[in-house]
Amino acid sequence: MSDIESPSTDVKFTCRDVKVHYGDFEALHGIDIDIPDRGVTAFIGPSGCGKSTFLRTFNRMNDTIEGCRVSGEVLMDGQDIYDKTLDPVLLRAQVGMVFQKPNPFPKSIYDNIAYGPRIHGLTSSKAELDALVEKSLRRAGLWDEVKDRLKLSGTGLSGGQQQRLVIARAIAVSPQVILMDEPASALDPIATAKLEALIDELKERYCIIIVTHSMAQAARVSDKTAFFYMGDLIEFDDTEKIFTNPSNSRTQDYITGRTG
Amino acid sequence: MESKSIHNSEFAHKRLKKRYGKERRFRMWGVAAICFALASLGWLLFSLVGTGFTAFQQNFMSIEVTLEQSIIDPQNTNDRETLRGANYRRIIQNTMYNQFPDVTERKAKQELFALVSASGATNQIRQMVYNDPSLIGKTIRVTVPTSDQVDQLLKGYIKRDVPESRRKISDQQIAWIDDLKSRKIIKKKFNTILFTNPDSRDPELAGIASAVIGSVMIVLIAFLLALPIGVGSALYLDEFAPKNKFTDLIEININNLAAVPSIVFGLLGLAVFINFIGFQRSIPLVGGMVLALRAFPTIVIATRASLRSVSPAMVDGALSLGASHTQAVFHQKLPLAGPGILTGSIIAMAQVLGETAPLLMIGMVAFVTEIPNSISDPATALPVQIFLWSDSAERAWSERTAAAIIILLVILVMMNGVAIWLRNRLEKRR
Repeated sequence: MSDIESPSTDVKFTCRDVKVHYGDFEALHGIDIDIPDRGVTAFIGPSGCGKSTFLRTFNRMNDTIEGCRVSGEVLMDGQDIYDKTLDPVLLRAQVGMVFQKPNPFPKSIYDNIAYGPRIHGLTSSKAELDALVEKSLRRAGLWDEVKDRLKLSGTGLSGGQQQRLVIARAIAVSPQVILMDEPASALDPIATAKLEALIDELKERYCIIIVTHSMAQAARVSDKTAFFYMGDLIEFDDTEKIFTNPSNSRTQDYITGRTG
Repeated sequence: MESKSIHNSEFAHKRLKKRYGKERRFRMWGVAAICFALASLGWLLFSLVGTGFTAFQQNFMSIEVTLEQSIIDPQNTNDRETLRGANYRRIIQNTMYNQFPDVTERKAKQELFALVSASGATNQIRQMVYNDPSLIGKTIRVTVPTSDQVDQLLKGYIKRDVPESRRKISDQQIAWIDDLKSRKIIKKKFNTILFTNPDSRDPELAGIASAVIGSVMIVLIAFLLALPIGVGSALYLDEFAPKNKFTDLIEININNLAAVPSIVFGLLGLAVFINFIGFQRSIPLVGGMVLALRAFPTIVIATRASLRSVSPAMVDGALSLGASHTQAVFHQKLPLAGPGILTGSIIAMAQVLGETAPLLMIGMVAFVTEIPNSISDPATALPVQIFLWSDSAERAWSERTAAAIIILLVILVMMNGVAIWLRNRLEKRR
């Protein structure tokens, strides 16, 4: 903890000895990691290794699970996000999240995007809100596909469009970080390619952390990759290094398909 | 395909046949169960409609009544009290005697007069004269119900081939009735009395109006009380209450409450609302409050079931955008649970509408001859009215009982129809 006096500008999250318990079960055994700002960090590892659990510590979504406890230190820009005085509602406005299964609200496309700005009171007029909706949809690469049917239900879109709608919904609240929990696992290859292209664009503006089961995807989209195994962070390095020359034998076994 | 697999031997085909046989027998049982249920329902409806449909028509007499000044108001005072208390019975008697001028014997005259609904006809012309005293001295044509015996005879419920001593209507009366019928004085018409009149001692004048209005008041009060309290309790228990032994206990008790016999709620209402708080007996307000207690657990259970059926992904989505827990629940979860809550509530209200036992405990079994104007006027409810009528002896009551049951069922079917329509409409909006 003492080795970070002032958070450098290019580190977004600093985690020290992060442990997560579900009741008596320890899902994460003390993770130390520095997640860089701007760029994509991928979490890979076999099922049940704790990567999704770890992802959910960054926006405190674990708080909503009964019996789940987080200990250790998670700093965002040097501030402890588990501080008693910090309201998770404000944290989640800064750390957006995209889930495994697209979960647009059963409302119109417009209302889906406008929901976040409305609850936070980000806009003061209808025109401003319209502009924000358009900007968010443009950034998510969805505007051209839906501009004529903003009043139609968001659930009527295809899976890939729904997932980009959810990303646009997160962007509309102006977060700094976007967490993605296996965002492409329910999508076909073409929709996945579109989503990956979008992630590539978004990383210029946001810190993106993505959990993925597909090593190919991690290799394609991420700048840094963290390999988790049985609740431990085994290796964290530049993606290129992890996939070409991992320093740990277990990482090697996983990426070559010997364990998984 | 010559390779001998275990799946195309003779035994394999036998096994498959056996498997299909089992499935076919299961389907047959299912079809048999459905057929039995449909047959029972059909039998019920058939017997109800068979008994009840005749009550929707009634025989009326269209007679010319001379409102003689000498009988109504001999001194020509035009005083309201005189007009109210005048001997209208005499006028109706005279009218009836005029139908058959050759009848002179006292007993025969009585029998003749018995063909018309005495209190029905009397009250009708009293009301007319009272409203418009200028009618005095004129001859007017009025349509009044026949007595229930005449009605029953013409509907065929009183058999003509039964010996005279064993029926309430004499051969002489039957001859008069047939004569009046051939002169088109007695005619069968739609029975509006059944819908517009309150209860009465005379079957031909009895209607369900006071019971329907009482029922509507009770259901509305129960709905207005039970819906917000029930939905609120369910929301709090499911979303906000800490999970501990105490809330577990509350949960178990609410679930048990749904299984408590309804008469117990009546006892509770009697003890708390009437004896302790001091509300009047037989009023819809108390009935509504008691039945709100009855509906409450049903609504809580329906609400919790529909809240749980909402995908947690919706709440997660809202939370991840920075909505507070309360916002996530009210913006995303509650609207999605809405159709289910609504359906559950309407079913609870259908239960309330059909509930009889608790109302007996709080005195809503009273004989109410006036249509209630407010929730604190004595009233009765439709099922209680059915119970009261089913207890009466005369033949004419049984068709009215069946008719009232038909009306109750029609209202219930309509309520359920509204529930289904609302649910489909709300679900389409998703």
